[in-house]
Amino acid sequence: MFTELNSILNTSPDSFTRGEFILVSDRHSDASFLIHHFLSFYLRSRCKVCFLGLVQSFCHYSAVSQRLGVSLTQAKEKGQLVFFEGLKESLSLLIPQENNTESEAVNFLRDPAVGLRSLYEFVRSSVNSSGSVEEGAEEWGPPVLLVDDLSVLLSLGVNFGDVLDFSHYCRAAVCSELQGNMVMLVRCNGEEEEDDGDEGTEALLKGLTHQCSLNLHVQGLPTGYCKDIHGKVCD
Amino acid sequence: MDITHFVIYMRYNLMILVSVSLLEEDRYDSYSRMILKYFLAEGVVCRHELFVATAQDTPDDILQELPAPILDDVAVPKPVEHSRLTGELQESLDAMKIAWRYQNLPKVQSALASSSRFGHYYDVSKTMEVEIRQATKCHPFYLPDHVTPPSTAHRVESYSALLRSLQEVIHREGFDLAAPMSKSRNILRVGLHSLGSVLWGDDLCCHDKPRHSHALTTFLYGLRALLRSSLSVAVVTIPSHLIQDRALMGSITRLCDNAIALESFKGSERDTNPLYKDYHGLLYVRQVPHLNCLASQLPDHKDLAFKLKRKQFSIE
Repeated sequence: MFTELNSILNTSPDSFTRGEFILVSDRHSDASFLIHHFLSFYLRSRCKVCFLGLVQSFCHYSAVSQRLGVSLTQAKEKGQLVFFEGLKESLSLLIPQENNTESEAVNFLRDPAVGLRSLYEFVRSSVNSSGSVEEGAEEWGPPVLLVDDLSVLLSLGVNFGDVLDFSHYCRAAVCSELQGNMVMLVRCNGEEEEDDGDEGTEALLKGLTHQCSLNLHVQGLPTGYCKDIHGKVCD
Repeated sequence: MDITHFVIYMRYNLMILVSVSLLEEDRYDSYSRMILKYFLAEGVVCRHELFVATAQDTPDDILQELPAPILDDVAVPKPVEHSRLTGELQESLDAMKIAWRYQNLPKVQSALASSSRFGHYYDVSKTMEVEIRQATKCHPFYLPDHVTPPSTAHRVESYSALLRSLQEVIHREGFDLAAPMSKSRNILRVGLHSLGSVLWGDDLCCHDKPRHSHALTTFLYGLRALLRSSLSVAVVTIPSHLIQDRALMGSITRLCDNAIALESFKGSERDTNPLYKDYHGLLYVRQVPHLNCLASQLPDHKDLAFKLKRKQFSIE
């Protein structure tokens, strides 16, 4: 995790505000490094983490987390981390086969109109499992939901209203009810001024900005491309 | 910097296994087709297997146009010479007293002993010899040969058929990462030509608000899922100049790991612009990958122009 960012946000693994929804967004840049930051931050805080890794493989997140000093494999084995590998689960629906069990959490791939209720049920069961602790198992802190990234759901045909509903229900369950935290990444296309209608990432970003406690927005430099400085972060 | 340096840079990224590279076609698909052929030709020279999918020209048409590698530093034994070479080497092996460590290596230098070398040169004025090309295993997917049911609003059946076909090849030929390690492993180079065009049954290029707006992005998601679990690398060409929706192009780009775009000067006013007189077009680096790492290795410059010469595809 990035200690400078912790310092700016006045937070640390030992002391952070609970019940927060942190929205991470980007435009003409890549804010996924913040997802890696928060993943290692909350694992170090001994929180029970549910991570919806929708755009990269487990190996990718694990390799980066290793460099940040956290082992995702160990966290999974200890029961601290529930990792949902979207790419792997999606294949069973995108290429249905006779002997394969289809993952219900991504049933929106079969028909986007069904919405994200099943994915929410998965999140709900993952964060609620911290309530039923087996004898001898470690006890973890408040639950945390991390999503990388929410805008890919729009690319997969999910309606923008369904994505907003999903984030609302997750916030109600994780942040309000269980006093945990939530971090979601949204990636924007094009310029802020462009109107891409009622749907799309711009509308999603506006809706989520209204719901969140803190928005960290990463964007490219207004002066253009620079190899040494990739962009700026504003809140 | 010529194509060898750039292609080595891009090939380093293109050759990051499990990655998907997007190549936005130039207007007449002349230079983008050339880069696709470089990618496939490199696969032949490195003895990888190829999966080529097309909807217009047959995969064989593309393979027949592969540029000839310049192999002046590698012996290419013809079949009639094979036994003679073996005989000569047999004599020298008997005399191998100092170089005894090399005794157990293969006796005959393979036709393209280039797997240890990274990057090759090609002569675009000549096509690859049939013997060299046919030594490579190629899995073609020609859309008109596949009967597909009618597409629905959110699914284009040609993409589903393509994804299924690619998965079958990956499983059957042992490119699956889950396959037992005992079998000798190779790499599958996947070349997908002109996805998103009308010939694939998609309407992205026809309408401002396409009916199948999520079909290609869903396919690319499935392609990424397949590649992440196999020993393969893909290059996808897309006629992006026909896609009006820039937000959609942004989504398509983000679902690939690498993305470059070509703008040819042919037929445009830049063809006669003295500033560009030494070049054939512009090359844009839209996205660089950062697989298994926090940040991308960014190029020094993103303002690049290219020129195609007989033995070089120069990029400056």
